[in-house]
Amino acid sequence: MPRFLKLMAVFAVLVLMTACVTPPPAFDYFAFNAARPRSILVLPPRNQSPEISAAYGVLSQVTLPLAESGYYVLPVALVDETFRQNGMTVADDIRDVPVAKLYEIFGADAALYIDIIEYGAKYLLFDSAAVVTLSATLVDLRSGQTLWTGRTSATNAQNNNNGGGGIGALLVAAMVKQILNSVSDASYTVAGMASTQLLAAGQPRGLLYGPRHPPLP
Amino acid sequence: MTMNKLSIGGCAALASLLLTSCVAPPRSLYQWENYQPQLYEYFKGGSIEAQVAELERGLVVIRAKNALPPPGYHAQLGLLYSSLGKEDQMVQEFQTEKSLFPEAAPYMDFLLNNARQAATARAQEGN
Repeated sequence: MPRFLKLMAVFAVLVLMTACVTPPPAFDYFAFNAARPRSILVLPPRNQSPEISAAYGVLSQVTLPLAESGYYVLPVALVDETFRQNGMTVADDIRDVPVAKLYEIFGADAALYIDIIEYGAKYLLFDSAAVVTLSATLVDLRSGQTLWTGRTSATNAQNNNNGGGGIGALLVAAMVKQILNSVSDASYTVAGMASTQLLAAGQPRGLLYGPRHPPLP
Repeated sequence: MTMNKLSIGGCAALASLLLTSCVAPPRSLYQWENYQPQLYEYFKGGSIEAQVAELERGLVVIRAKNALPPPGYHAQLGLLYSSLGKEDQMVQEFQTEKSLFPEAAPYMDFLLNNARQAATARAQEGN
């Protein structure tokens, strides 16, 4: 029995130690630092949400965070058009294009592959929110090596509840908001937030600054 | 006297430079205008003429502020001109994109080559 207790104690200490000590997995920037991409080709996102406009809602808003982080971003609509003219309208097909081919046509240093995991209104019991969840991978187009991966989720749920009025009022408010979130382009606004959250450089585990960004003080 | 004035001026300039470099919040690299909302319009299939008008209006503002348009702005305008059949203006915009951002050169050259080949093919068909 005491032996069992001792074991338990050791085990408990171990659990505590790992819980306290383990830092969030640090991201290895070795390849990113070595590659130092100057330009980024953003491929049409792969959309896993049921919302048809999701890919364009995201694709039209990724240029700002990337460009302000110091990268040249290839014109996203023109790139989309080039794929179309070559008979490629499906994001999955585009994802299968070999990096060497992408480099040959677009001449970009790196490509950003985006997955839209969630896009649109999410119905909660007494609330509804527009939610956009994205994941992205930056790949070196000369070597095919992965330079960075990231994932984020954004929502407009915060500070949206007007308190008071009981359950009836809550339900009405939630209903009105559901309608707003589905009718108006609330998801588009949240997609802009998600894209900035995911792609603005200089955050922990975020993208590194590109060469067009002025040196930090 | 002039020396004094100069050095005072110099000091003031230096001081203000130091001040701004310390105090200034992170400045935007580009003057965005409505580039991104207009991309969304394009993707949604909105009126090309209206998008051209909006991007041209934006360019006036950008020039007036002596600022830089974001990457892709001129290329997007080129795409819009090309869908209106204004090939010359398209070429001009692609060239501008290239001169503002040398990183764009390979892709712009690819597009310009394609346009040239298409024009040659059309000319031959016409003969």
